[in-house]
Amino acid sequence: MIRFTNVSKRYEGGYEALSDVSFHLLPGELAFVTGHSGAGKSTLLKLIALIERPTNGQVVVNGQNLAKLGRGAIPFHRRNIGVIFQDHRLLFERTVYDNVALPLIIAGFSPVEIPKRVRAALDKVGLLSKERAYPITLSGGEQQRVGIARAVVNRPALLLADEPTGNLDPEMSWEVMKIFREFNEVGVTVLIASHNVDLIGRMQSRVLRLDHGRYLGDTPAARRMV
Amino acid sequence: MSRPRPRREAAETPARSGASSASAGFSLGNYLTLHAQALIATLGQLTRRPFATLMTVAVIGIALALPAGLYVLLSNAQRMIGGWEGANQISLFLKSEISAARAQQLAGQLRQQPTIAAIDYISRDDALEEFRRLSGFGEALGALTENPLPAVLVVHLKREVSEPARIEQLLAELRQRPEVDIAQLDMQWVKRLYALMAMVERAVIVLASLLGVAVLLVVGNTIRLAIHGRRDEIVISKLIGATDAFIRRPFLYSGAWYGLGGGLLALLLVEFSLVVLEQPVHNLALLYNSGFALRGLDAATSALLLGGGALLGLLGSWLAVGRHLRDIEPT
Repeated sequence: MIRFTNVSKRYEGGYEALSDVSFHLLPGELAFVTGHSGAGKSTLLKLIALIERPTNGQVVVNGQNLAKLGRGAIPFHRRNIGVIFQDHRLLFERTVYDNVALPLIIAGFSPVEIPKRVRAALDKVGLLSKERAYPITLSGGEQQRVGIARAVVNRPALLLADEPTGNLDPEMSWEVMKIFREFNEVGVTVLIASHNVDLIGRMQSRVLRLDHGRYLGDTPAARRMV
Repeated sequence: MSRPRPRREAAETPARSGASSASAGFSLGNYLTLHAQALIATLGQLTRRPFATLMTVAVIGIALALPAGLYVLLSNAQRMIGGWEGANQISLFLKSEISAARAQQLAGQLRQQPTIAAIDYISRDDALEEFRRLSGFGEALGALTENPLPAVLVVHLKREVSEPARIEQLLAELRQRPEVDIAQLDMQWVKRLYALMAMVERAVIVLASLLGVAVLLVVGNTIRLAIHGRRDEIVISKLIGATDAFIRRPFLYSGAWYGLGGGLLALLLVEFSLVVLEQPVHNLALLYNSGFALRGLDAATSALLLGGGALLGLLGSWLAVGRHLRDIEPT
């Protein structure tokens, strides 16, 4: 699903966020990217979503070499990826319903299809009753779940989450993780950047470890880290 | 498992695959729905900030009303003197000692000439009567012991007599006649008026162009501010797969709405001004013994004003969007 081959990313000013990273994530896997802050976790996710481009190396997502995607192809690439952010990135002047509907409107779904899918996604994250609410009235955990609903409403094959539990208490974090696992169980490939070691341990999933932009290898699934 | 999998892999995984967005497909119906939604949504957004919207619309409206109003005045003026265009006529002011009978005789002689279509004879009494009626100095005339006005023969030339040299020659001939005091070619001032009008017409075009550019800048600046105000929304939309066209669309429609609103306001301003002018113009026309009445914008010109406004708005926002939207990318 995701294959990095000797990928480096150097930002302007010489800071190297990733150096020579290679790994392969299979379809249907759920994996964590972990490391201290500044290890390159976010950069790795940004390269997959084409928010950044690598300085060297090759990134292949879903069989597509990203280097071959021009500017005009980026939106269509992103429609196949659900991205979840630490800061949720919700639109605060729009209702929960409208936030979740946005990817469908962007992708040009029919007005008949949109309400069904939005409600299905909100139901999955347990927020169906809040569809008319504004994000500002929700708790942090609820906002994050709106973000997840928005990421999955399009039914993407790949979910990326950047520190999805960064601002949540342990209980809420675990709830969010359970939602990710549910998606994974129906075939969605999930890649989560996180430095929450406890949570990662509980999930018993594959872990890709980064340190100062270098790939340290991975711990296969089902081998407890705690 | 070492080689990248072909793209088909995802498509063959049912239900949860990345190919699901393909089910959105492209259909003209959806595409039009998308446009209609953006059109209505942007109108909704504009009406939610009525004051700011009205300010912009007012600036555009006034900028468009100026050339539109001048155009209306100009076309009215052209219509007014349009009736005189064919009036190739020479006024012969007769010497005061010429009797009415002699004047009639002269008129008869002139009617025989092949270049002359008709002659109107205005006797000294008729002239006095007309002056009394139209000038408003009737009372003052009563104080005079003698009629100061000369009799006039108005010579209408035939239509085919048009080249200036021929007319000048004719004028010279008529001037030579012993009965004639002054012979005056009435076309002269009409021609000057026409030259003046052509100049004003040019000025209106120049003014309209300048104000058109002003409208572009006003809309452009308003849209630029709107883009900055909705920066987060643009970034988020791009992150979840919005194309440039999708992001551009609401801004373009806002610009068009601004322009259309401005055009509509301009139309109202012009019509309102005409209502204000109507009575004075009517009075003035009466003084000139004319049934002239102001005519407002016709349907075609109104449509042009509205359409032109919308187009200018669209163009202005297109310029702003082209410049500023590309700068906003998610990081």
